[in-house]
Amino acid sequence: MKIIKKLGLTLFIIGLVIFTSLIFIGKYELTESTFDSYVKSRGFKSELFIDDIQKNVVGKTYSNQFELSSDITSALENANETYKKEQQWDKVIWDKPHSLSYSLIKPSAKGIVVDNQGLFFFLTFGLGIIGALMFIIPDVVLLGPPGIKNNGIYQSKATNRGWIGYLAFIYLVSFYILLYFYADYIVNLVYLVDPISKSLSGNAASQWFLYGFLYCTVMVVMGIRMFIKYRHNKYQVIRTASVLFFQIAFAFLIPEILVRFNMPYFDFKNAWPLDYDFFFDWNIKSLINSGTLGIFMLVWGTIFSIIIIPIVVYFYGKRWYCSWVCGCGGLAETLGDPYRQLSDKSMKAWKIERYLIHSVLVFAIIMTAMTLYTYFTGVDSLFGIKTYDLQFYYGFLIGSIFSGVIGTGFYPVMGNRVWCRFGCPLAAYMGIVQRFKSRFRITTNGGQCISCGNCSTYCEQGIDVRAYAQKGQNIVRASCVGCGVCSAVCPRGVLKLENGPEEGRIQENPTLLGNDIDLMKMLKDK
Amino acid sequence: MKHVVIIGNGISGVTTARHVRKMSDQKITIISDETDYFFSRTALMYVYMGHMPFKNTQPYENWFWEKNRINLIKNRVEKIDTDSKKLLLKNGEEITYDKLVLATGSKPNKFGWKGQDLDGVSGMYSKQDLDAIEKYTKNIKRAVIVGGGLIGIELAEMLISREIPVTFLVRETSFWNNVLPKQDSQLITNHVKSHHVDLKLDTELREIIPDENGRVKAVLTSKGETIDCQFVGLTAGVSPNIDFVRDSKIECNRGILINRHLETNIPDVYAIGDCAEQENAIGRRRPIEQVWYTGRMMGETLAQTLCGNRRQYNPGHWFNSAKFFDIEYQTYGWVTARIQEDEQDYYWESSCGQKAIHLVFDKNDKSFVGINTFGIRLRHEMFDRWLNEKKSIEHVLEYLKDANFDPEFYKQHEEEIINGFNQKFNANIQPKKKSWKRIFTTF
Ligand SMILES: Cc1cc2nc3c(=O)[nH]c(=O)nc-3n(C[C@H](O)[C@H](O)[C@H](O)COP(=O)(O)OP(=O)(O)OC[C@H]3O[C@@H](n4cnc5c(N)ncnc54)[C@H](O)[C@@H]3O)c2cc1C
Ligand code: SF4
Ligand code: SF4
Repeated sequence: MKIIKKLGLTLFIIGLVIFTSLIFIGKYELTESTFDSYVKSRGFKSELFIDDIQKNVVGKTYSNQFELSSDITSALENANETYKKEQQWDKVIWDKPHSLSYSLIKPSAKGIVVDNQGLFFFLTFGLGIIGALMFIIPDVVLLGPPGIKNNGIYQSKATNRGWIGYLAFIYLVSFYILLYFYADYIVNLVYLVDPISKSLSGNAASQWFLYGFLYCTVMVVMGIRMFIKYRHNKYQVIRTASVLFFQIAFAFLIPEILVRFNMPYFDFKNAWPLDYDFFFDWNIKSLINSGTLGIFMLVWGTIFSIIIIPIVVYFYGKRWYCSWVCGCGGLAETLGDPYRQLSDKSMKAWKIERYLIHSVLVFAIIMTAMTLYTYFTGVDSLFGIKTYDLQFYYGFLIGSIFSGVIGTGFYPVMGNRVWCRFGCPLAAYMGIVQRFKSRFRITTNGGQCISCGNCSTYCEQGIDVRAYAQKGQNIVRASCVGCGVCSAVCPRGVLKLENGPEEGRIQENPTLLGNDIDLMKMLKDK
Repeated sequence: MKHVVIIGNGISGVTTARHVRKMSDQKITIISDETDYFFSRTALMYVYMGHMPFKNTQPYENWFWEKNRINLIKNRVEKIDTDSKKLLLKNGEEITYDKLVLATGSKPNKFGWKGQDLDGVSGMYSKQDLDAIEKYTKNIKRAVIVGGGLIGIELAEMLISREIPVTFLVRETSFWNNVLPKQDSQLITNHVKSHHVDLKLDTELREIIPDENGRVKAVLTSKGETIDCQFVGLTAGVSPNIDFVRDSKIECNRGILINRHLETNIPDVYAIGDCAEQENAIGRRRPIEQVWYTGRMMGETLAQTLCGNRRQYNPGHWFNSAKFFDIEYQTYGWVTARIQEDEQDYYWESSCGQKAIHLVFDKNDKSFVGINTFGIRLRHEMFDRWLNEKKSIEHVLEYLKDANFDPEFYKQHEEEIINGFNQKFNANIQPKKKSWKRIFTTF
């Protein structure tokens, strides 16, 4: 069994190394026809840029994409600079340099990866998946009978912020930076999933398709790990199955299939303000222009965010979204599970959390309000602040850096819910409902707590669960995502996630610390 | 300003300090020689098993003590002079108190076995013990644990988690059968064996044999068997840690003797928690109760007295809990190893052999006396209420669903349990659906 595990790990690492090294192989040549048709389709008027590329880039063979990217982006920047100086605004190309470069480099790749997509898919995804499963599945036997299996977590360099953790951290952060800001460097990786994308939506894959596919794959593999680890705990099993379903069906397959039928790409379970560009004018326009279905999507998205979400939070707590439906939550609960104990439990962290997450919520609301104001009035700024700038900075700081690079990249050092805890505006919004108007709470079982600290240790949201449990107090916290792990790891059966009457949800449970009633009353009155 | 001095920074001492601070402005000092800060003794096993770093066993952050003006001294108290109200510390310092709280906890029992102080032998009580175990169990081939109580089984789980083969010497004929009824004890015995513990029942330790370097090499059992091992864990119970108190005028038996107000024979000196012994046992409770909850409850009560509100210690209904490898155990009310004459019992076990319930009730008036539950979590609050209201066994079973505390979606067994009861006692109890209203009324 242990040998299978080791072999699996080896295969996985080989897959990962090949995956990573693909960035450094292949040849690139931008052909005349590719370039012309692209320029035409975009209607560029930047002669300087077009000339520069035609003269210096087209037809030339590059041995790596970095030089090609640098030639394209500098051509773009030079041209733009000149036009901006001359105030010829219509000739400026407003694209982000690396996304324009991505569009040109993607069709320009040549070489073994492009020619052997199937083979390389197997060598990367295939080996990775097989290796990971070989590493994970023997745990059915190796971990012993069903039950809580946290042995050695704080002794392993992978899960105690040891060097393996830091390595994973660097890898993840680099991957996200490439994905969000330098997609033109990873076109070879995108090629791996081209055939799958074509069979789903009919289009070639984009870096977002690669990300979506990778996301689902990782969630499934790590979901299997969850099923094994928590096979004694039905709440965990059902919850994990639910996030997998919503991710694969709603976030990945349905949008791709919609595109195949020429309908807007739409994730029915995504909600504003997490889906921060839902009310952006291009989105509203594209939905309105897509006929009845588009209008339905617009209405659904709005009702979902503003009415359905808080109502369901009232009945079940925000867990129904955060740990049963949401994709970010889904990744956190699968890929992120090995890191849940690394969240900071200190009072200070809680303070930072409250400031940060509510600021993001306010930011999202202001930005959306401005967006709608602009949409309806046509005025593009308010109090000297441009709507576009707000949108840009939100997208860059919150949408990319916070939710992606930090939110996921920091799993191995700050725990698996960095984004959900400190950044997600939807979580903040649902948290307010959960804290003040909801039937959900974690009930503390009278006086049974022995203050051991397992619950706090494994709370991914950094809630000091023990602080409540040892006082016989129920846990009603805005940030609790109802993952149920505190209840699972408690060795004394002290915690239960419940939806009950609102009345008496927060009060301390007087009889039950074990002393006689009178004394408990006195203690409470003081 | 009065000076309250507390010896011992365990749950008893710290609970006292916290509540005194809540209610008054007295000067508070806690002295302990074990650790800088209060930690949860019950969590020591999780540190060894790698579930938690030691830091996480501390329920309060380090700034808590200063903020609440609770003075911490890390030192050992060597002498108590109750006439001049002075303590002598190991470092020579003297401390004067107005009120003294003894909360010194326990120490592992050692019954004068030959070799009990060898290198490679340790109890499992203190942080120092944990460090010693960590050191002694590196790369060893076998460990022997002596004494089959709750701490022994925790130690077994710890060692197994590091894949160290364990031989477990247990004096009883079935695990913990001096506390658990036969069936319950059998259930746990089977479970322990399923975790590959080499359980030797009805076996005691004779002596521990050293190698040439004075380290443990083997043990000799009462059955004449020699077992090679490199570590021996002594977990044959604990007793009050009060050697230094015995030289003072404070009256002791096995523990420090106290009355129902937690007062010792000397005015202004109190004792609570593991180290205290009730002059007269309270109800069916034992005079010395070495459990977490007792320490906490006594601390809460004593704080009232220390703040001028003299209180009698009045524990509510007995409850306790433990975990045996993967099986959680809770108990409410009284289920004794041997069911009493005037009592009847009903035992139900699930087909998987991992879940069981043992109910005890009065033979005559059928009132509910107590329950043991294994693998099924039950609501403390409901049982406390039923015990207060002296509900009948029929009532308890009828409303058993209200008391279920398992996580959502777990398989529920109430119907099975009740059917079994109906059959055995020719009754006709129908379970009622769970009701939030019932669970939350009475307050
Ligand atoms: C491994 C283990 C697991 C346990 N699990 C459970 C459980 O699951 N449930 C349960 O109910 N109970 C459990 N217990 C029992 C529970 O931990 C004790 O009942 C409880 O900790 C006693 O608290 P205390 O405050 O009375 O004493 P302690 O926690 O022992 O604290 C006493 C402190 O006083 C210090 N001290 C003693 N003498 C002096 C001196 N002369 N000078 C200075 N300092 C001194 C000691 O060093 C110690 O730090 C467990 C115990 C152990 C060891
Ligand atoms: S409090 Fe419990 S259920 Fe809530 S997020 Fe933390 S571990 Fe999950
Ligand atoms: S895990 Fe359970 S017993 Fe331990 S501190 Fe949390 S609630 Fe208390």
